[in-house]
Amino acid sequence: MTAPILKIQNLRIENLVGDVLVDNASLSLMRGKVLGLIGESGAGKSTIGLAAMSYARGGCKITGGHVEIDGVVIQDLSAEGRAKFRGRRIAYVAQSAAASFNPAHTLMDQVCEMPVHHCVRSRIEAQAWAVDMFRLLELPDPANFGARYPHQVSGGQLQRAMAIMAISANPDIVVFDEPTTALDVTTQLEVLVLIKNLIRDYNIAALYITHDLAVVAQIADHIMVLRQGKIVELETTQSILNSPKKTYTKELVADRQTSDVFREIILKDDQEVILDAANITAHYGDFKVLKDVSITVAKGETVAIVGESGSGKTSLARVIVGLTKLTSGDLTFLGKKLSPSLKHRSRNDLRKIQLIYQQPDVALNPRHTVGDIIGRPIKFYFNRTADEVRKRTLELLEQVGLPADYYYRKSTALSGGQKQRICIARALAAEPTLIICDEPTSALDQLVADEILKLLQQLQDELNISYLVITHDLGIVRRIAHRTAVLLNGELVASGATSTIFKPPFHPYTEILLQSVPELRENWLDELSARRAI
Amino acid sequence: MAIQNSFKNPPLSAKIGMVTLSVFIFFAIFAPVIAPYGEAESIGKTWASPSSEFLLGTDNIGRDMLSRIMFGARMTLGVATACTLLSFLIGITMGLLAAVAGKILDQILSRFVDLMLSIPILVFALMILSMFGSSLFTLIITIGVLDSFRVFRLARSVAVNIVVTEFVEVARLRGEGLWWIMTREVLPNALPPMIAEFGLRFCFNFLFVAGLSFLGLGIQPPFADWGGMVRENGRAIAFGIPAPLWPAIAIGLTTISVNMIVDWILSLNARPSGASAEM
Repeated sequence: MTAPILKIQNLRIENLVGDVLVDNASLSLMRGKVLGLIGESGAGKSTIGLAAMSYARGGCKITGGHVEIDGVVIQDLSAEGRAKFRGRRIAYVAQSAAASFNPAHTLMDQVCEMPVHHCVRSRIEAQAWAVDMFRLLELPDPANFGARYPHQVSGGQLQRAMAIMAISANPDIVVFDEPTTALDVTTQLEVLVLIKNLIRDYNIAALYITHDLAVVAQIADHIMVLRQGKIVELETTQSILNSPKKTYTKELVADRQTSDVFREIILKDDQEVILDAANITAHYGDFKVLKDVSITVAKGETVAIVGESGSGKTSLARVIVGLTKLTSGDLTFLGKKLSPSLKHRSRNDLRKIQLIYQQPDVALNPRHTVGDIIGRPIKFYFNRTADEVRKRTLELLEQVGLPADYYYRKSTALSGGQKQRICIARALAAEPTLIICDEPTSALDQLVADEILKLLQQLQDELNISYLVITHDLGIVRRIAHRTAVLLNGELVASGATSTIFKPPFHPYTEILLQSVPELRENWLDELSARRAI
Repeated sequence: MAIQNSFKNPPLSAKIGMVTLSVFIFFAIFAPVIAPYGEAESIGKTWASPSSEFLLGTDNIGRDMLSRIMFGARMTLGVATACTLLSFLIGITMGLLAAVAGKILDQILSRFVDLMLSIPILVFALMILSMFGSSLFTLIITIGVLDSFRVFRLARSVAVNIVVTEFVEVARLRGEGLWWIMTREVLPNALPPMIAEFGLRFCFNFLFVAGLSFLGLGIQPPFADWGGMVRENGRAIAFGIPAPLWPAIAIGLTTISVNMIVDWILSLNARPSGASAEM
C-alpha cells in the first residue's frame, strides 16, 4: 500500500479571539483521488483547503495538528521551505477567478509565472505547454489566448485558465475551492468536465470544496461533510449518496432530491391578471438588454424568469419596478398603466410592487435596527402611530418566523437567512400585491435557502400574493413556480406552465439548461458528456 | 471582535496623544480658574526669565506666559473646533446632496468646488479677511467655508459608494424623499470614515488659524492665541530669550497629538477612497 500524498491530522484552527473555526479535522488523500469537502458557509471548508497548504487566512491561526505532504510536515518548514511546496507540490484554484487574477498582467504571464519560478520549465517551454493546455481545455484561439488580459475573457474561460495555472508546475495536489460556483449552469458543466479530465489525465490528488452535493458527487471518490468546523461524516461518495448515516447528511441529500419534484399546481383560468408587461424593450446605452419581452402575472401565482447571467432577467425586474427605463412597450398593473419612471409613480403603485434582493446583507441598512427597517414602510405608507407600527412590526416578525426580541437588533448581527427573512418582512410591511424576488436564495446555503422558499410559499398561501421570481436555479423554479419564462440574450425563448416547460418537447435552449443542472447521481456527468459527444 | 479589542487598547502613541490633548483641552475649559494671572494682565517686566513667580516667564509687555498659553488654548482650539464643525456641516450636507440628488446637481456642485479649490486657500483667506475685517465671526465663517470644499470632496466620494447600495435603492423604491435618504440611509454609513478626517481637518484648521494670527489677520489682541503669541514675541529670539518657543511648542504638541490619535483611528477603519489629506 502506498503512503497518502496529503495527510492532515487533528487539525485545529482558531481566529485571534479564540473561536474555533476547524476542530480536530483529519484526512488523508492518495495520489489520483479526489476528496470532496462539503458544507454550509462557515463550515470551515475553505479554511481546511488553505490549511492543506499550511496557510491560514488573516486573523486565523493553525493551533493544533499537522499537515504532511508526501511525508514532510510542512508546518515545520521555514517560510522559504513552505514557499517551495506551494505551487510546486500543492496548488490552489480559487472560487472567483475574476478576483484572483492580476488585471495588469496577461494570462500567459500569469500562467507561466509558476513553472518558471519553480524552475520546472523554461519560459519558452512553459509558453508552449500553456498553448497546448489552452487547446486541450477548448479555450478560443489557443495560440493567442495568452496575450489577453483577464478582463478580456469570460468567467468560465478565466476559471479554466486558473485550473491551467494551478497545474502548471505539475503539482501533486490541487485544492479546488468552489471553482464552478460563480458560473452559470451550462458553463459550470463545461468547466466541471474539464476539471475532471485534468485530474484523471495528470493523476492529481485533489481537494474539491463546494456547497453543492450534486457537483461533488460527479467528481469525488470520497466526501467529507463538514458543519461548524467539525467533521460530520467522511465516507465514499456512493455511501454518502445512498446511505447517509448522520442526520445532517440525510437532510442535505434529501433536500437535494426533493428539488427534482415539480410543484403540483392547478392553474385557474379566471384569475385576474395583475401585471401585464407587453413587448418590453430596454437598452443600456446602445446595448439592447431586452428584446420585445412579454410576460403576465396573475393574482396569487408565482411566475419564474429563468436565464443565465447576461440574459436580461434582472433588467426585466428593474424595468418593472421603474429603476431602468424601457425604450418601448407597456406596463399595466392592476388595470392601470404604470409610468416607466419611478419618479412619476404614485406612492400606492410603489407600495404594491415590492422587491427582494439577492444579497440580503446589502439590502439592509447596517446602521438601522430590525424594528426601524420593518417599521418604516408601515409608517411611510399607512401613517400609523408609533404603537401601531410597533405592534404590526412584531406581527410581521412572527409571520416570517423570527423571535420578537430581534426588534432591537442591528441587521449586522443576523445570519444570511435571517436577513433575508427581514427583507421579506419589510416587503410584506407594505402589504404588496406583487413581490419581485431577484435570486432570493442564491446567496444562501442549501438548507437555509430551502426554508426561505418554504416561507415564501406559505406566505403566498396565506396572503394570496403574487411572486415574480428571477433565478438561474431550475431547482427553485420547479419547486415554486406556477409558470415559467425562459430568457436568452434578452429574448423570451419559451414561456408557459412550469410543468409544460419542463416536459418534452423542449425548446432546445431549455433542454440545454435542464440537462446542465447537476443531478444527484454518481455517474450523471459521465453519462451526459458521453451523450453530448455522440 | 478584534476591532473592539483595539478600541479598548489604543497603542502607546495614541495614549500619549490623548493625554497631551486632554491637558490642553483642560486648559481651554478651565483657563479662568487655573491660570495664575489674567489674560491681558501686565504684571512683570518685558520678557522676564522663567521663575517661581512666572513659570514660563513673561511676554513682550510683561504678561504671564503660562496664563497666556492657557487662555490661548481656549481661543485657538475653540476657533479651530468651530471652523471644523462648520466646514463639516456644510461639506457633508453638500457632499451628500451631490451624491443623492442626481447627476446635474452633482456636476454643478463638484465643478464649483473644483473652481474654488483651484484658488490657494491662504491667499483666498487673506483676501476675504482684509476685505471684511478680522472679527472672530468672519474668521470662523471664512475658514469654515473654505475648508468645507475639501470636506465636500471626501463626503461626496464616500457617499457615492453608499448611494449605489441596495438599501438606498429600497428607500428610493419606497418613494422616500431626498432628505430621508441623505440623513437616514446615507449619513449614518458615511460618518465612520469621516471621523478620522475630522481630526485631520481640525489639525489643518488649527494650523491655519495659528498661521493667520501669526500674520496678524487671525484672532486679534488683547485675546491670547498661540499664533499671535509667536508673532508678538518673535523678536525675543534674537536676544536668546525663549519666549516665542512656548506657544510654538504648544502648537506643535497639539498638532502631533491629534495626528497620533487620528493614525490610530485610521488603522481601525480603512481609509475611504478619495480621502484628501493634503492642505
